[in-house]
Order: sequence, then C-alpha cells, then structure tokens
Amino acid sequence: MGVDIGAASLGSARAEILQRIRAATGGVSNAEVARAGWARLPREYRRTATRGREAVLELLEDRLRDYDANVVRVGRDGVSAIVAKLLSERGKTRMLVPAGIAKQWLPVGVEFVEDEGLSPEDLDRFDGVMTGSTMAIAETGTVILQNVPGQGRRAVTLVPDYQLCVVREEDVVETVSEAMARLQETAELPTTFFSGPSATADIEMTRIKGVHGPRFLDVVLMRSGFERETL
Amino acid sequence: MHWNTGYQSEALPLVKRFVEQFRGAETAVVPSSSCVAMMRDHYPKMAAEIGDAALIAEVSQLLPRVFEFSEFLTKRLGLEDVGAYYPHRVTYHASCHGLRNLGLGDGPVRLLKAVRGIDLVELDGLEQCCGFGGTFAVKNADVSSAMLEEKISTVLGTGAEVCTACDNSCLMHIQGALHRQKTGVKTLHLAEILAADEGAGL
Amino acid sequence: MSGSALDPKTAPVFPMAARAAMKDGQLRRNVRHATDMIQAKRARVVAEMPDWQELREAGKQIRQHTMENLDFYLEEFEANCTRAGGVVHWARDAAEAQQIIVGLVKASRSDEVIKIKSMTTEEIQLNSALEAAGIHPYETDLAELIIQLGHDQPSHIVVPALHKNRQQIREIFRREMNLPKLGERPEDLADAARIFLREKFLRVKTGVSGANFLIAETGGVCIVESEGNGRMCLTLPETLITVAGIDKVVPRFADLEVLFQLLPRSATGERMNPYNSIWTGVNASDGPRAFHVVLMDNARTEILADAEGRQTLNCIRCGACQNACPVYRQTGGHAYGSVYAGPIGAILTPQLQEMHHAQSLPYASSLCGACYEVCPVKINIPEVLIHLRNKVVKQNGPLNIEALAMKTMGMIFLSEQRFRAAQRMGRMAEAPLVRRDEKGAGWIGWLPGMLGGWTKARDLQEMPQETFRDWWEKRGTHGS
Repeated sequence: MGVDIGAASLGSARAEILQRIRAATGGVSNAEVARAGWARLPREYRRTATRGREAVLELLEDRLRDYDANVVRVGRDGVSAIVAKLLSERGKTRMLVPAGIAKQWLPVGVEFVEDEGLSPEDLDRFDGVMTGSTMAIAETGTVILQNVPGQGRRAVTLVPDYQLCVVREEDVVETVSEAMARLQETAELPTTFFSGPSATADIEMTRIKGVHGPRFLDVVLMRSGFERETL
Repeated sequence: MHWNTGYQSEALPLVKRFVEQFRGAETAVVPSSSCVAMMRDHYPKMAAEIGDAALIAEVSQLLPRVFEFSEFLTKRLGLEDVGAYYPHRVTYHASCHGLRNLGLGDGPVRLLKAVRGIDLVELDGLEQCCGFGGTFAVKNADVSSAMLEEKISTVLGTGAEVCTACDNSCLMHIQGALHRQKTGVKTLHLAEILAADEGAGL
Repeated sequence: MSGSALDPKTAPVFPMAARAAMKDGQLRRNVRHATDMIQAKRARVVAEMPDWQELREAGKQIRQHTMENLDFYLEEFEANCTRAGGVVHWARDAAEAQQIIVGLVKASRSDEVIKIKSMTTEEIQLNSALEAAGIHPYETDLAELIIQLGHDQPSHIVVPALHKNRQQIREIFRREMNLPKLGERPEDLADAARIFLREKFLRVKTGVSGANFLIAETGGVCIVESEGNGRMCLTLPETLITVAGIDKVVPRFADLEVLFQLLPRSATGERMNPYNSIWTGVNASDGPRAFHVVLMDNARTEILADAEGRQTLNCIRCGACQNACPVYRQTGGHAYGSVYAGPIGAILTPQLQEMHHAQSLPYASSLCGACYEVCPVKINIPEVLIHLRNKVVKQNGPLNIEALAMKTMGMIFLSEQRFRAAQRMGRMAEAPLVRRDEKGAGWIGWLPGMLGGWTKARDLQEMPQETFRDWWEKRGTHGS
C-alpha cells in the first residue's frame, strides 16, 4: 500500500512468530494434519432442526418480539399492503432500498430511493430502509443479510434509524448450525447478523434499545403461498 | 496445601506417603471434600510426575476406594437415614470442592433431611465460596474476610443454631468469624450431626 | 488508580490494590449489581440449551485443535485474506504493533480514527501511542466512551464501565459533552452518545478494530457487538485496520456455529448479541477500500510453549468468569492492575508478562472453581492458577519464610512421629495466645506475622486436647 514501516524488520517478524509457534507446538503443521484433526473434532451438539415447521416460525416470531422487533406474517401477495400500513403507522414517507429489491413489495404513495453508492451523510437523511434477507434463525431471533441484490451493502441497513425487513418463510431455520451450513457457499460475502434493534446494556446492565444502528425494526414474515389460501 | 500454593515438589512425597498408609485399606473415608478433590484431581498427575510406574498403578487402584464421608454413605452404602436424632435448626454449607469437583449434589442434604427432629434451613447463595481457599485466607486476607462476611450474614439470616458442611477447612473458617462476632452459632461437621442421638446435646 | 493506564509492570500487588478498591462502597455496589444481573441472564439462556455441555466440549476442542495447528491456520488465514484484497502484517510485540498501526493511520492521511472496543488495543495501550503520534482516537463503544471521557480504565472484558452507575456516567457526559441538562435514564445517556458519535462516524475516514475471530478457511474476520458502533467503524471509513492476537484464528467458517452459540449466551446473557459482522478482505462496493490486519504475538507464543498454561489461549473473551468470581465481585477489575481482570486476567496477565510481573495475581483466587464451571470453552482456570503459583514459587527460590515453612510442614506430614511431635509443640506454642471464652473454650484472637491476616476477621480455635488419632486409638478397633 506504499506504506514504509520497515518492511524488512516486519518480514522477519512473520518468520520469527511462525518459528516460535513451531517450537512451541513441536513441529510444522500442514493441511493434511490440520484437516484430519479437524474432521475428528467432536460435534455432539444439535445440528439439525428438532421442531416442526410451524413451531419454528412461531419460535422466530417469539424471539424477535422478545428483542423488541415488531413481526407480521403475510402471504406473498400481501407484502406491499402490509408495508404500506406499517410505513403509514410509523409516518415514514421517504425510504431507502437496495438495488434488486422485489418491486411488487413496494406500495405506491411512498417514495423509495435506490442506493447507488450514496455517501454516509446521504444515507443519514432517509426515514428508513427496506430490504429482503438471506435467512433467519428462529432459536436466536436472528436475521441474516448479505451483500446481494435486494439486501445491498452493509451501510444501507445501518445508518437509517428504521429498518423494515422481509423474511421468506422458507429461509427460516431453527438452529445456528443449520444457518451456518447454508451460508457456507457464500461465506465470503459481507454478512451481517442482526438480532433485534441495536441495543446496549453498558449502563447498569439495563438493556436499552437503540444506540447507533436502527432503533426500530419491523419484520414481515412472508409465506410462499397467497393470502387467500390461508384465510 | 503445598500443591495448591505452588510448592509442588514438596507435595510429591506426600502422594507416596498416602499410598503407603492406605494401600491396605478396603475403603478410605475422608471427612474433608477438598482433600478428596486434591487426590482425585491431582494425585494421578503427581504420580506421573514422579514417574514411578508402580506408584502410578497403585494410585489408580487406590483412588476408586477413596470416598468423601457423605458420598461413602449415599453412593457406596446407598444410605440416607442413618438413624440420627438432632432436634435443632441447621443450615448446610456446600464446600466448593464438594459441589464442583466431587459433584456431591444433594447427597449431604438428603442425609440431613432424614435426621429426626432436625429443622433444616436452606442457605442462600449455596454455590458461593466462603472465602477460605487455603493460604488465600492469609495472602488475601481482606478479600477473604469480605467473602466470609457475606457467608456469615446468610448463615445468620437462616436463624440456624448450627452450620454444617462436609469440609473441615470451610468450617474452621466460618467458625472463626461466627465466634469473633459472638453470634452463638456453632459449626459441626456433617458426621457429628449424623452421629447424634437422643443422648447428645447441641 | 483511574486515569493512569493499567500496566502490570507498575501496578501494586493484588492484596494492596484490592484493599484500596474495597474501601470504595459505591464501586462495590456497582460491580455487585452488574455481575448479579449478567449472571442471572446468563443462567437463564444457558438453561434453555439442552446441548450446552456438548457445545462447551466442541468449543474447547476447536480451540485446542487450533492452537496445535496454529502455524498452519495463521498462514492459511494470511493467504486467503491477502487473496481477498486485505494486507496482513505481523507484530512480535506491543511496540511493533503500535508502530505498524500508527504508520498505517498516517498513510491513510488521517489524524483521527474511530475505534471499536478491543481488549487487544487496550492491552497494547494503542490510544496513548496514537495520541503521541498526533492522532486522536475516538472510542465508539458506549462503555469505552464512558471510560475515555472519564479518563478512566476498563474494569471488565465485556462491560468495561461496569464499575460506574448511571449518575456517575451522567456527570461524565455532562462535563465532557457540555450537556448541563442531561437526564440520568440509560435512554438519555445512550441518546447523548448517539448524537455525540454520529458526526464522527460520518466524518472520520479511518477505523481501528479488534477481532473476535479470524477465519482461516476464508480469510474472513468476524466481530460480535451490540450497539452498531462496530458496524459503523467497519463499513463507513475508507481504511480499516484490525489488530488481533494470533490466538484469534478459527479453522473454518462452520466453527462459528459453535462460537456463535457459546459467546453471546456467556458474555451478555443474550441468545444472540444484536450484531455479528463477517467480511472478507475488500469488497469493491461495500465498506473500506483498504483493509489491514495486524497479527500480534506479544508473548502468546510463550504461553503456547507451556503445555499446562496453553489452554489460557483458548479464551474467547466472554467475561463469564469475571461475573462468577467471588474475588472479582468484591474488588472490581482495577485491582488486577491489567486490562484483563478477574480469573482469566489472573492467569493471562502474568503469562503475557512472561511471569516477570503480576506474580501476585495467581494467588488472587480461593480456587472455588466457579470460573471453570461457567467457562464456555472449559478452560480449567484453577488448574492453570496452581501451575502458575508453582512457577512463582520456583522464581522466588527456597530462601524465604513461606518456602521454609512449606518445606518444614512437608517434612512433618511425611512422618507420623514428627506429626505427633509437631502437634504437641503446636499446643505449647499456641498456649500464650489462647484466651478462654465464656464457655471455657480456648480461642486465639491474634496471630503474628503473615498469619495475622487470619485473625483480622476471624478467631482460631485452639488445637484440641485429644486428637482424632488419640480418640480412634482409645476407642479400639470394634467401635462403641
């Protein structure tokens, strides 16, 4: 990066640290040894779902609410109507959206502005942000976002004070382990897990909602079926 | 004491001594949970450090025959009611080593519950250390005293006449403060309560 | 003790520092309140997990396996991070890490940085080094902000300002943020921090962070946090500098499934903390355009070389041992004279000093085992404490009162004859100190020298006239 900080001395730091590690562990490790050792690690904990689908969805709702998020469930044709209702209740008129968001989710009558690499200051001027999601973990009340169309870069879901997030029911898993297994393929994408709105417990261990990330959070849990099918 | 304070080379000969003394015993019953924890958690390691194969073998044969007093009754003999009579208000302090290293669980409490006439009161903060910790009580006397003070106030809060435990070192520590503060509350080892009958006093 | 940095090289010995800390009643109430709260929350969410013990075992084994193959995993991380556009630097010690970071900040043409809470940067006193180089660091974690504005020092790994209550925090913010009318509700205080820091987040072009995990398999880095200040520092600046101990590496992405379950529940008693961020190198459309990782040894290889001390490196910095420790709960963190306080500090700090300083810390424990019981990666802290005590004893040599007494007692315990003789002598020696109480029992209320610590708050009953052995022999072999 054109930084002159004594490259020679630091190069030897690398060699010296690795040499000290090898002296400490009694030899050089390599890919075969490491892979074989890793494969033998005990994993007796739960790695698959133990509940039925409906119970998993109910668990997610419960856990999200426990962290002060608002949750609504709709059919796939009911998203834009519920979004209109949620935004109007919160008085939000100018919303940020990432490129690639599903257009059928966006109601008319609200201004949706697509992120095209806006500056941090510009991001700070929206009433909120609306995105899709990659996955949700029921047991921990966690929603996972990645840098893909419809979810956008990380700053987009960070700077505005309100987030509305659509989660598809088929993307909900029960356990952390299932989520990590599904994420393996795209592990290198910028990834954010959020569990409820931004919070802190730094003052007398009292959990309070909202410091720097969005303080208000609506989650729309979307069925793969249509509204009327379940009415 | 030597091992836990850092005097490990001084502690090693004591393992040999223990084996010599108890190798002929069918069962060794120890009235102090911290002593049993020391043996179970450290003697095999210490024997290995001495490097004497015969000693290593003897330690591993002897240890399964070593019991803390309450576990000897509940686990080895399967007893709960030992026929004791002790018509007094008693609270039980779980020593850290009994609780965490030996996993005594509710064994001592079950033995006490079976004592006729006893008024057993549960101690708040049962899992809290009394602050003894061997040389800790001397080296960090202020912190140790503060921990002890909390333990004493929970003991007094029970209104018990007697505080019992399976560990003499905790009892010596707790007793030291109960006496200093002229509380009139006594400490007794669990064995002393289980041995009491109609003829015994407080 | 507030104000000057916590430095194990110059800190007073633990018993003295503890005595001073324990005179501060407000501090003790604050620490007690906070640790009670976290412990209760932790216990509740841990009890929800039917496989908690299996997770702990997996966590321990993953960490152990990583340490055994540390050279391979660090090189793998370096290769993957570099491939993804990151620049990896290596630092042998704190001074080298400071030098690299200061150089990188200057190269980013910034004279200020926004910082995520990082114990590693506290360990190397990075803020002082930055300030000495004319660079202003802004701490952005609420607790670290309280510490920085209050010219204070962290007292807990996860909740560094846990020794301050809301009134004390309000006073600091009123003074330092010039907000005379600020309220004292936690919401008011968090709002003040939000407004104070937002301008910095939007303006400052260089960020500095620690790391919770470095993922060897992908070259990714993971940060676990609550407030969103971490995400701000990771995504808005143009340059990001991450400094991490070499112990922070994990083999694979999938291993996070274990650590993501163990860490939040142990640290803050939450099922999951509000935000986890994972990023890999540089992404053209997302986050900083320059990304540096400084891999720092700073005596970690020394710890790795000690077979018994090595498990110390398995620590994932959850702070559960601090909350559970009856010693920490009496004294708070500053008494440990190190940014790493409590049980983990008692084993980590002296080892990071290569046992040259902080020798009193391995004794700052009653060995009650509460730390081991709650540790999510099963570090047997009492075992390591005893091991380090042995190192201290060896350092101090045989010619001091304690060592001589221990040696003598060792000799006595080896012989029944000597033991009985010692009991007789003990009874004679204690006789002048024994006083009779109203019931006629003999008690000692004062002991000389080192033993005087005992009689400060406790009496000692005189040795019994009849020993257990005497009684046993008298009653014969058949019992009564």
